[in-house]
Amino acid sequence: MRNITKEFPGIIANDCVTLQLKKGEIHALLGENGAGKSTLMSVLFGLYRQEAGEIYKNGESVQIQGPNDANRLGIGMVHQHFKLVHNFTVLENIVLGVETTKSGVLQMKEARDKVLSLSKKYAFDIDIDKEVRHISVGMQQRVEILKMLYRDNEILIFDEPTAVLTPQEIEALMQTMRDMAAEGKSILFITHKLDEIKLVADRCSVLRKGKMIGTVDVAATTKEEMSEMMVGRKVILSLDKNEATVGETILQVRNLSRRGNESKSGKAQLSNINFDVKAGEILCIAGIEGNGQTDLVYALTGLSDIDSGTIILNGTDISKAKIRKRTEAGISHIPEDRHRHGLVLDYTLAYNTVLQTYYTPRFQAKGFLKMKTILDYARKLIERFDIRSGQGEVTSTRAMSGGNQQKVILAREIDRDPQLLIAVQPTRGLDVGAIEYIHSQLLAQRDSGKAVLLISLELEEVMNVSDRILVMYEGEFVADVNPKDVTFQELGLYMSGAKRSEVAV
Amino acid sequence: MNKDALMSFLSSLVVLAVGLLIGFVILLVSNASSAWEAFRTILTFGFRGIRNVGDVLLGATPIIMTGLSVAFAFKTGLFNIGATGQFAFGGLVAILVGHNFEGLPNGLRIILALLAATAAGAAWGAIPGLLKAFRNVHEVISCIMTNYIGMFLVTFLVDRYAFNPAIGRSQALPEGSNLPTLGFQYIFREEFLPGFYRSSQVNVGILIAIFTAILMYIILEKTTFGYELKACGFNKDAAKYAGINQNRSIVASMMIAGGLAGLGGALLYTSGTETMSAANVLLPYGFTGISVAFLGLSNPIGIIFSGTLVSYLFLGGARTQVLGFSIEVVEIVISVIIYFCAFVFLVKTFLGKHIGRLLRRGKSPEQDRADKGGESA
Ligand SMILES: Nc1ncnc2c1ncn2[C@@H]1O[C@H](COP(=O)(O)OP(=O)(O)OP(=O)(O)O)[C@@H](O)[C@H]1O
Ligand SMILES: [Mg+2]
Repeated sequence: MRNITKEFPGIIANDCVTLQLKKGEIHALLGENGAGKSTLMSVLFGLYRQEAGEIYKNGESVQIQGPNDANRLGIGMVHQHFKLVHNFTVLENIVLGVETTKSGVLQMKEARDKVLSLSKKYAFDIDIDKEVRHISVGMQQRVEILKMLYRDNEILIFDEPTAVLTPQEIEALMQTMRDMAAEGKSILFITHKLDEIKLVADRCSVLRKGKMIGTVDVAATTKEEMSEMMVGRKVILSLDKNEATVGETILQVRNLSRRGNESKSGKAQLSNINFDVKAGEILCIAGIEGNGQTDLVYALTGLSDIDSGTIILNGTDISKAKIRKRTEAGISHIPEDRHRHGLVLDYTLAYNTVLQTYYTPRFQAKGFLKMKTILDYARKLIERFDIRSGQGEVTSTRAMSGGNQQKVILAREIDRDPQLLIAVQPTRGLDVGAIEYIHSQLLAQRDSGKAVLLISLELEEVMNVSDRILVMYEGEFVADVNPKDVTFQELGLYMSGAKRSEVAV
Repeated sequence: MNKDALMSFLSSLVVLAVGLLIGFVILLVSNASSAWEAFRTILTFGFRGIRNVGDVLLGATPIIMTGLSVAFAFKTGLFNIGATGQFAFGGLVAILVGHNFEGLPNGLRIILALLAATAAGAAWGAIPGLLKAFRNVHEVISCIMTNYIGMFLVTFLVDRYAFNPAIGRSQALPEGSNLPTLGFQYIFREEFLPGFYRSSQVNVGILIAIFTAILMYIILEKTTFGYELKACGFNKDAAKYAGINQNRSIVASMMIAGGLAGLGGALLYTSGTETMSAANVLLPYGFTGISVAFLGLSNPIGIIFSGTLVSYLFLGGARTQVLGFSIEVVEIVISVIIYFCAFVFLVKTFLGKHIGRLLRRGKSPEQDRADKGGESA
């Protein structure tokens, strides 16, 4: 790709960007939230048309008008948010668009054989006859990868593939990528995690505010150097955290059970959950995805009902309270799925910042929204949380980069100054600078005497930020540990159900 | 004009042109000799004389109201295909009020008729709303049912309480029960013989429709109520997360949509131009409202214009009957034009993709590419 320029209203997302991808290499793409990574890849995949610049493949200039062109040229992409048909089976999803038919009738036999052999080759361990809505996120990603392999694509684009995966799944993905590169496929890999780049990538290109800063050889460059290229200044990658001063109990959960469940994997439910979160502590619930964390959060926030048990916030029983009651009682909730629950994508940035508070006297008088106050407030949050977008507070949220969308939710929920902050994967998709800032904000909440409940799949985050860790396995707590006394390995054993310890309330 | 507005405008012109072209072909097929004359009539009749302008506005009134009704529900993510039934029910109640309450002064009786019609429409709209909110019945199904129930009920009640056997329709309202014309008859009129005038019967209804559209715009864009309704329409999970009561929003939205259609019915049947059929027919106004809402991009202000445009085409279309075109052909032609207008988004995207670059640079694509090749070398 040479001198690619792509503009959006109010912003040059890619400014004369040149990128070279070699056969058989894994090429990482690094940059802050909103730097233009997804945009650049979407241009390569034909979703956007560049205003200037040329794309060459094997030395020949090519025109990519749409995904079909990209496909013909052997370019495939796994998007930041997957694009699968949920009530189709894995196999149907894979062949969708390139079906072989004989006089109008689908010929699935060949396709099935090909998919099975591909799946076997990469040790994917996937049931190709299951409907996509019944498989885990990690499996869905494998479906996306199989789609590319099935189409014999040679250039594979991964847009933040690891953001939604568990550590085990990430490891498997890394291996898959290595295998594919070894076969001569070229991989473009977007991630915010420098460790992953170090682990698999051969070269790394860095984007900053739409401009290409440079391409480096990963083996010869330190993580610090890469992050400096990315933000333009030195970044401190460690968090300084003082001792927690634990106060009174804010949240008390007793004998919480729930049979029906909302989680995708279908196995987890909540059985007899007991725990407290105290003022001034960050309690982390760790576990492999699909072990009931989602159900627990839904139960606490009121997104779903519970079967039995009590939830007490600051001495008030909220087990049956409506969502708004709980919000007003002091619960903030950074949801797991930002597109489903966290944002109204068709609203502006400003409107999304008042999603929980639009009806309060601060933003409303006699039923009318106070537009000016709302816009001012949004500007304040944009400033404080460094939310980047094309048109500031009036940007449509849909037109924002993934990481910046996440920042809008964080800003809204943290700024409400809650008694209890429930943060589910709060740093998913954020760049290192933003992660650092969010972690410091979580600590600041803690230090000002608030209770923080963190649900995270990332062990590093769990170990660095929390004061106490509860491990969840198949809908139960199997361990209650202090991050100082536990190793990564031990935590892993608890999470996989191989080890249990007494959990006192 | 900014680029986006220019694109919208251009694409509207394109779809209109294509729609007209195909409409013309249909006219040609139907009756080649007078096709051109009919085509000209459709395009210009609404502007032939100030009286016709008045008739365009008169015809626009009910379909602006049903357009608003469909658009309002749409903002909450609901498809109100039941506007027809709500419209009929509202119209019927207005007629019944107009025939009774002789004790009231005219002005009060008219106001009562409009309010009662709005309430009746709202009640009719509440049924699919409640079914959707509390029984999860899809609103399209229940709307279709309420349309038919409304139709039979209206036939029954007209037959029973306001029937004029001479015309087989409802009895015309007494003069004092019709909407005031505010002197419009002296503006929108034509002199057909020296000293003799024919006036359009356009009345205060069009002003009420415009006022309602503006009110709806304010409610949707400026109030917390509108914020909630639109949040439910755009993303119901996020609305739930935000603690917005979805069931209440669904019912409220359907009631308001029903009220708007019901008021539309009242405005039609109290203009002194129309009586209610006592045969079992579904009125077309609710369905036309769907096209009007679509054309106006569900924007209340846009609907004022799209409603007027559609009324303009209908008036011209009806006129082609004097050239021997059957009303069915005319309706096909106008529907084709309207449905092509629905492609406006598609065309806009297309234009944006392929002509946007051209427009900005004023060069051909080849030249464009050549230049860029030069830059990068
Ligand atoms: N469809 C769009 N319309 C308007 N602006 C857009 C659109 N898509 C992206 N942008 C803007 O372009 C810029 C780059 O966005 P992009 O999604 O490429 O960032 P990114 O590097 O992928 O960030 P992240 O790490 O947060 O995913 C952002 O400022 C964003 O607001
Ligand atoms: Mg991105």
